[in-house]
Amino acid sequence: MFHYWFLSSCKSISYGSRVKFHTRMDLNQKRARSVDPDLVSPESTTSPFPDEVLEPVLSLIDSHKDRSSVSLVCKDWYHAERWSRRHVFIGNCYSVSPEIVAGRFPKIRSVTLKGKPRFSDFNLVPEDWGADVYPWLSVLAKAYPFLEELRLKRMAVSDDSLRFLATNFHEFKALSLLSCDGFSTDGLKAIATHCKNLTELDIQENGIDDIGGDWLSCFPESLTSLQVLNFASLNSEVSFNALEKLVARCKSLRVLKVNRNINLDQLQKLLLRAPQLTELGTGTFTQDLVTRPVADLETTFGYCKNLLTLSGLWDSNSLYLPVINPACASLTFLNLSCATLLSFELTMLLMNCKSLRRLWVLDTVGDRGLEAVGSWCPLLEELRVFPADPFEQEEVAGVTESGLVSVSRGCPNLHYVLYFCHQMTNAAVATVVQNCPGFTHFRLCIMNPGQPDYQTNEPMDEAFGAVVRTCPKLQRLAVSGLLTDLTFEYIGKYAKNLEILSVAFAGSSDLGLKYVLGGCPRLRKLEIRDCPFGNAALLSGLTKYESMRSLWMSACNLTMNGCRVLAKEMPRLNVEVMKDEDSEDSQAHKVYIYRTVAGPRRDAPPFVLTL
Amino acid sequence: MDLINFEATELRLGLPGSTDEQPEIKSITSVVSTNKRSSSEMGSSISDENDSSRSSPPTKAQVVGWPPVRSYRRNILQGKKSDQSETGSGIYVKVSMDGAPYLRKVDLKMYKGYEELMKGLQGMFKCIIGLYSEMEGYKSEYAPTYEDKDGDWMLVGDVPWDMFLTSCRRLRIMKSCDVIES
Repeated sequence: MFHYWFLSSCKSISYGSRVKFHTRMDLNQKRARSVDPDLVSPESTTSPFPDEVLEPVLSLIDSHKDRSSVSLVCKDWYHAERWSRRHVFIGNCYSVSPEIVAGRFPKIRSVTLKGKPRFSDFNLVPEDWGADVYPWLSVLAKAYPFLEELRLKRMAVSDDSLRFLATNFHEFKALSLLSCDGFSTDGLKAIATHCKNLTELDIQENGIDDIGGDWLSCFPESLTSLQVLNFASLNSEVSFNALEKLVARCKSLRVLKVNRNINLDQLQKLLLRAPQLTELGTGTFTQDLVTRPVADLETTFGYCKNLLTLSGLWDSNSLYLPVINPACASLTFLNLSCATLLSFELTMLLMNCKSLRRLWVLDTVGDRGLEAVGSWCPLLEELRVFPADPFEQEEVAGVTESGLVSVSRGCPNLHYVLYFCHQMTNAAVATVVQNCPGFTHFRLCIMNPGQPDYQTNEPMDEAFGAVVRTCPKLQRLAVSGLLTDLTFEYIGKYAKNLEILSVAFAGSSDLGLKYVLGGCPRLRKLEIRDCPFGNAALLSGLTKYESMRSLWMSACNLTMNGCRVLAKEMPRLNVEVMKDEDSEDSQAHKVYIYRTVAGPRRDAPPFVLTL
Repeated sequence: MDLINFEATELRLGLPGSTDEQPEIKSITSVVSTNKRSSSEMGSSISDENDSSRSSPPTKAQVVGWPPVRSYRRNILQGKKSDQSETGSGIYVKVSMDGAPYLRKVDLKMYKGYEELMKGLQGMFKCIIGLYSEMEGYKSEYAPTYEDKDGDWMLVGDVPWDMFLTSCRRLRIMKSCDVIES
C-alpha cells in the first residue's frame, strides 16, 4: 500500500504541471545520492525518504505516465525515478533525441519507439519520410549494451539495422515490429542467427520485402528460449521441418502465429508439439484433399487447454470451423478478420464462445452475424468489424446500423468499437451508447465520405453528440459521415477525457477545429484530413499544442504563412510541411506538428520543410 | 471452359440486370474543389487494385487512404481473390428459396456432387430438397433449379457435376408445384 500513497501524492502535485511541457533539466548535474540528515526537516522541500527507500518503491511503478508524474514531484524523485526506470516509451521518435534519453535514463532494458504519423498506414505519408531506427540503435548500443527488448511501431527499419541489432546487443531477447517498413527477410535471418537468448519475435503488418522463408531455418538447434513467434503476415513458405523442430524444443512457447502457407495437417502436428499455447494463429483453414478426418483435428484442439486467443483462420468455412469448438469455451479473443465467414457460420461458432471479451470480424457476417454476437457473448468488451471489400464500386451488403445496435443490446460491457459500415443513423448511435455508456474507444467509419443519416438525411452531428455526452470515459473517437461544426462543438464541450481524435471529410468552417482546440483538456493526438479548417483555426490552438503529442492536418485550408506564424510563436514545436509537386507553393497540403526537445529534424528529406 | 464469372457473383442491391446508378457524392466534391492536390489524388494508386474485369467505369470517386483500411488488410483479401482465379476454387452463387425473406450464398466448390450440394442447401434452409427423377418424380415439396449462363432456368441434376459448376450462375429452390415441365 505504501507505493500507492506515493502515487497519489505524485498525482495531486503534478496534475497542474501536466499541461506544462517538461523542459530539460540540467542532466549533467549529478546530485548526491544520499540525503544529508541535518537538512531533513518537515519544512524542507527535499524528500524525507532516502534513495535506498525511494528507488525500490518507485521500481514497482510500471506505467510510464505514472513515472512521468513521479519525476515531476521534486529533484530527489526525479533522480530516483530515472535510476529505477527499466522501460522507456517514446511515442514520437522525433520528440526527443536518443542522446537525451540515454543521458537521462542510465539503466534501460526495454525501449518502445513509435515513428511515423498514423496516417502513414493509409499511404498519406510519402516514402523516405524518416523515422529511421538506425540512429537510435547506434546510440542505444553504447548506452544500453544489455538492452533486452525493442518494440517499434511505424519506424523505418533496414536490414542493416536488424543486423546491427542482432550483433551489438548480446542479451537481446524480444523484438516486436508493427507496421514498420524497409526491411526484408534477410534482416530476420540475422536476428534468428545471432540472438542466442531470443524469447520473442513478433512481426506484424509490415511493409516487408519477403524474399523467402529460409530465415526460420536460421534459428540454431541450441535456441530453446522462444516464447513468442508471430510470422502471420509473411507470405513466403518456411521450412515446416525447421518450424516443427523449433516448436518442439521451445517448451515455453506460448504464442505461435503462423502464416497462411501452413496447412491443416501441419497445424495439427504443431499443436501436438505445443499444447501449452495461450495464443494461436492458424494458417489456411481448409484443404482440398482431406488426408485426415476432421475429428482428429478437433481432438487436438481439445488438448490445448490454455488457449485464450485464436486468429488466422484464413479460408475457413462451415466444414472446418467446428474443429475449434473444444477451444471456444475458454477463448477470450477471437480474431476472424482474415476469415470471410457468413452469418450462420459465425453464429454456430459463437454459440460456444461464452467467455469472449474481444471479437474481430469481417462484415461478411452481416447484421445477422452481429445479432449472434449480442446473443451469445454477454461478456464482450471489444468489437471490430472490418470491411471485406472496402473498395467495392457498388454498395455491398456488409453491416448496417442494426448490427451494431444488436451487439450493444446483448453486450453491456462493450467499451471498444471499430465499425466500418455503409449506412448509419443518429438514432442508432444514440441507442448504442445508451446501452453501453462505458465506451472508451468509439471509432465509426461510414465508408462513403460525407454521408448523412440515411433515414432522416440529416447530418450525423447528433450521433456523436450522444456519444460524447453519454460516455464520460471516452478516450478515443473517430468520426465520419456528414458532419457540421456542431459535432465539434459537442466534442469540445463534453469530451473531457478525450485523448485521440480522428476526423475526415467533416466540418463546415474554422469554428469546428476551434471548438475542439478550445475544449478537450486531455487531447494528445489529433489527426485531420480533408476538412475546411484554415489558419485561424490552427492558430487558435497555439498554447494547446505543447500539451499534445502531435497534430496532423492534410488537405485542409492551411497556408505556408499560417504555418510560419505558428512556428514563430511556438519555438518548441516542430511545424513540418510536406511539399509535393502538384500543390501550389502557398498551400500547406500536409502539415505535421509536434512538440519536441530535440529541435528541428536533422534527417528531414527534401520534401519535408521545417518552418 | 468458362471460368469464374465475377459479375455473376457480385453482391448487388438491385435486381439482376439492372444498371448501376450511383448518386453523386456532393459533399466530397465540394471539399475537394477547394484543394488542388486532392483532385489529383483521386483515382490514383488505389484504382490499380480494382478488378480489371469490371467493365462499368467507377462511379464513386476513389480517394487515397480512404476508407482507412491498412494495406496489409487489403492485401489479404486481394490474395484470396487471386488465389481463386488461379486455382479455380470458390464459386459463390446466390441461392434463393421461395418464401424465404433473404437470399444466401454457397460456394459450389465445397461440394463434390449433387447429393452433397442438396445436403448443404437443406442445412441452410431447413427444408427437404429432392432431386427429380424420371421414375419417381419429385421426391419432396421443393425442387432445386438454377440459372445457367444462357439465362435459362434449368432443373438441377441433369448435367454432369463439373459441367454444372461451370454453367451455374445462381440457384433457386422452387416449390415443386410451381415447376413447369416443358
